[in-house]
Amino acid sequence: MDRIPLLRLGPVLIVSVQGDLADATAVALRHDVGDAVSSGGISGVVMDVSGVAIVDSYLGRVLTEIAADCALLGASTIVAGIKPAVAITLVEMGLRLDGARTARSLEAAMAMLGLDVAVTAVSAESGP
Amino acid sequence: MSVGTARAALPVRSDVDLMAVREATRAAAAEAGFSLVNQTKLVTAVSELARNAVVHGGGGEVRLDPVQQGTSRGVRLVVSDQGPGIADIAEALTDGHTTGHGLGLGLGGARRLVDDFSIDSAPGQGTTVTIAMWATPGLSTFRSRVPLRP
Repeated sequence: MDRIPLLRLGPVLIVSVQGDLADATAVALRHDVGDAVSSGGISGVVMDVSGVAIVDSYLGRVLTEIAADCALLGASTIVAGIKPAVAITLVEMGLRLDGARTARSLEAAMAMLGLDVAVTAVSAESGP
Repeated sequence: MSVGTARAALPVRSDVDLMAVREATRAAAAEAGFSLVNQTKLVTAVSELARNAVVHGGGGEVRLDPVQQGTSRGVRLVVSDQGPGIADIAEALTDGHTTGHGLGLGLGGARRLVDDFSIDSAPGQGTTVTIAMWATPGLSTFRSRVPLRP
């Protein structure tokens, strides 16, 4: 089973969710985020879903549960970068991501958490 | 109205099988010329139905066929299981109805996402849900077979 890597940047835990998720991967993510937040020092969790093409009711529920877990553990959660087609599908299904704030992008989410971070792609050609 | 040869049925017994169903459905929807939004809606709908087959039906299968009516191309999916079946279909389609798993949005939510939706189920006889979506919006062949609010 694939596991989604967690990246810590100061007080923020960044979760970059990419591609199609097996249910078991989503459940493992929930546990991993809970463990990371409870280990201390994290006040915000950003879940970047800009690479996710499908959010069905199962994944939507897991995202909502992660936000609820983090709220109980003292961290706020932002879901960032929902694709327009995913947003339309969620609305038509009647699925709401209660408990999680949303942001247009990872960068916007960091700004909402009070971190001014410029997120830029690094290519092999870039350098001084 | 099927075009081409029917593809083999995809088994759905686990969450990993659901990924294969989503991938195959995405490919068929793109092939039929669906917009990205409609591809996403169809893939999400079949994910809900296939998960129902796994969770409630003890596993089942998904048949996926490209279809054509006049100049309109579409994709039809038949999700079936041999599980306990549904006694009260109208109740099962109601938002918030759940037998304990999830949000109870699966069946009703899937119906709202597609052009055509029909369900055939009875206690002890399994459940078969047929959905279709068309590249031309509004072309519906059997949506009315299920009353919206009986």
